[in-house]
Amino acid sequence: MSTIQTAQARPPAFLPNWPTRLAWLALAAYTVYATSILNITWDRFVLGLGNGVTFIGRMLPPDTAADKMALMARGLYETVEIAVIASALGILLSLPIGLFAARNLMPAWITWPMRLLIALCRSFHQVIIAILFVKAVGFGALAGILALTVASIGFIAKLFAEAIEEISLKQVEAIRATGAPFMNVITYGVMPQVLTRFVGFATYQFDSNLRNSTMVGIVGAGGIGGTMFAAFQKFDYDYLLTILIAIIALIMLSEALQNWIKKLYQ
Amino acid sequence: MDAASSVHREWLRYTPRQRRARFALYFGLVFAIVASLRTVQIIPEFLYDAPEQMADLFKRMWPIAWAYYPGGVHDALIETLHIATLGTILAIIMALPLGLLAANNITPNAWLNTFARLMLVSSRSVNSLVWALLFVAIFGPGALAGTMAIAFRSIGFVGKLFGEALEETRPGPIEALKAAGAPWPSIFIMGYWPQVEPAFWAIALFRWDISVRESAVLGLVGAGGIGMAINAAMDLFQWERVALMLLTIFAVVIVAEVVVTYIRKKII
Repeated sequence: MSTIQTAQARPPAFLPNWPTRLAWLALAAYTVYATSILNITWDRFVLGLGNGVTFIGRMLPPDTAADKMALMARGLYETVEIAVIASALGILLSLPIGLFAARNLMPAWITWPMRLLIALCRSFHQVIIAILFVKAVGFGALAGILALTVASIGFIAKLFAEAIEEISLKQVEAIRATGAPFMNVITYGVMPQVLTRFVGFATYQFDSNLRNSTMVGIVGAGGIGGTMFAAFQKFDYDYLLTILIAIIALIMLSEALQNWIKKLYQ
Repeated sequence: MDAASSVHREWLRYTPRQRRARFALYFGLVFAIVASLRTVQIIPEFLYDAPEQMADLFKRMWPIAWAYYPGGVHDALIETLHIATLGTILAIIMALPLGLLAANNITPNAWLNTFARLMLVSSRSVNSLVWALLFVAIFGPGALAGTMAIAFRSIGFVGKLFGEALEETRPGPIEALKAAGAPWPSIFIMGYWPQVEPAFWAIALFRWDISVRESAVLGLVGAGGIGMAINAAMDLFQWERVALMLLTIFAVVIVAEVVVTYIRKKII
C-alpha cells in the first residue's frame, strides 16, 4: 500500500499499516516457497507453452466422424439420464432428511444423526464417492446415479434444513392450535414458507449434478466422461475437443434452463 | 348463469401464460424422469449384489494401514495443500484484472465488460478435472498441471464475485478522492479496496476451501497430489491404503473448514 505524499508539515493522511504489510510479505514468501517445493520452474512453463501449441494444433479441427458423433450422443444422453435420476432421487430423499435435521421443529435425538449424515455426504468430492460406488455396484450409470444422489443429499438437505430453521414459527403455531396432525402442520405451516427457496436449491443442484455427471465417467461411473477420458488416453485430441464443445454447450443450455425456472418461481 | 344479473369472477393466482409455463415445466420434469428411468442401462444383478460388495469393500479396507502414512501419504498430502493454495493465489492474481474489467463502474465500456465476463464464464463452465486433463497434456503429469487446473477453474469464480463486489461499492469515497486530485492507483487502494476488502477475503477463503476438496481428486487424471496416490493404491487393490487416504482427506477437509470459519470470524 502506498501513502499519499503531503506537505512536510502535515502528517500523512493514511498511516502505514505494518501488520498488513507483513502479512502480504509472508504471502509472497509462501508463494515463492511453494513454487520451489512443487518444482515449478520457468523452463518447464516455457516448454509447456510449446507443447500447448502442438496440443491445440492436434485438437483442430474437431473430429466429427459419424460413428464418433453417435458414440458421443450416447454418452451425452447417459450423462443427462444420470443427472435427472440422481437429482430426482436426491431431492426426494433430501425432503425428509432436511426436515428431520431442522432444529426448531425436531428434537435433538433425531437432528444430530441427520446432521451427521448430511455432513458425511458433503465431505467427499463426487468423484471419490463415485469410485466407492463403482466398486460396490460395478461400472456403469448406476454408480454415477448413486454417487450424485449422495452428493445431492449433502447439499440440498443442508440448505433445506437451514431454510426451515429460518421460518417464522407463528404460522406453524397457528396451524398447531387448530389441532392439525403433524403432516398438515408440515404441509400448511412449513412448506409454503420454504418452497420457493427449495425450488432454487433443486434447480441449482440439477445444474451441479449435470456438470458432475460429465465427470464421474472418468472413474467408470457412466456418462460422457468415460468416452472423454478414453479419447484423452488414446491421444485422440480432435475428438476430445468435440466432446468438450458438446459438454460446454450442454452446460450453457442447463444454465439457460435454470434462469428460466428461476424467473418462473420468483 | 345469468350474465346480466351477476358478473362471474374467478380469481386466479397466475396469468394464463405463467400457468402454461408451469405446466410445461412439470410435464417436462415428469417426462425427463420417466424417460431416463426407462432407458438408463442398469444391470439389476449388480444392484442386488451391492450390499454384499459394499461389505466386502469395507472388509478389505480394514485394518486401515496407518503405518503407510509417513512414507506414502504425508508428502502427497502436503503437495495437495500446496497445489490448492498456490492455485488459489495464482487464480486471484489473474482474476483481479478480469474482475476490474467486468465491473461496469470501474470500466465503463460495454465491450470490455462483455469480454471479461465471457472469459470468466468460460473458466467456470469447464470442470477442474477437464482443466487438469488439458494441463496434463500440456505440462505433463505432476503438480504444475494441478496448480494450473485449480487456478484456471478458480478464475471464473473469484473474478465474478470480485467484480460484483466492486459494482456494489458506494461512489462517495471515490468521488472525494477524485476531487482531491488523487491518481488512479490511490483511488483504487484508498477508495475501492477498503470497501471490497471483506468481500475479497471471504471470496478467497471460500475458494481455497473448495480448492482443497478439488485438488484431492485431480491426481486421478495425473495432476499431482494425494489423488495420484489413491489411484495407484486402487489399481493395486490396496484398499486398506485407500481407506487411510480417504480418512486423511476427510480430516483435511474438516480442518480446512474449521480454519476458514475461524479466519472469517476473525477478519470479517
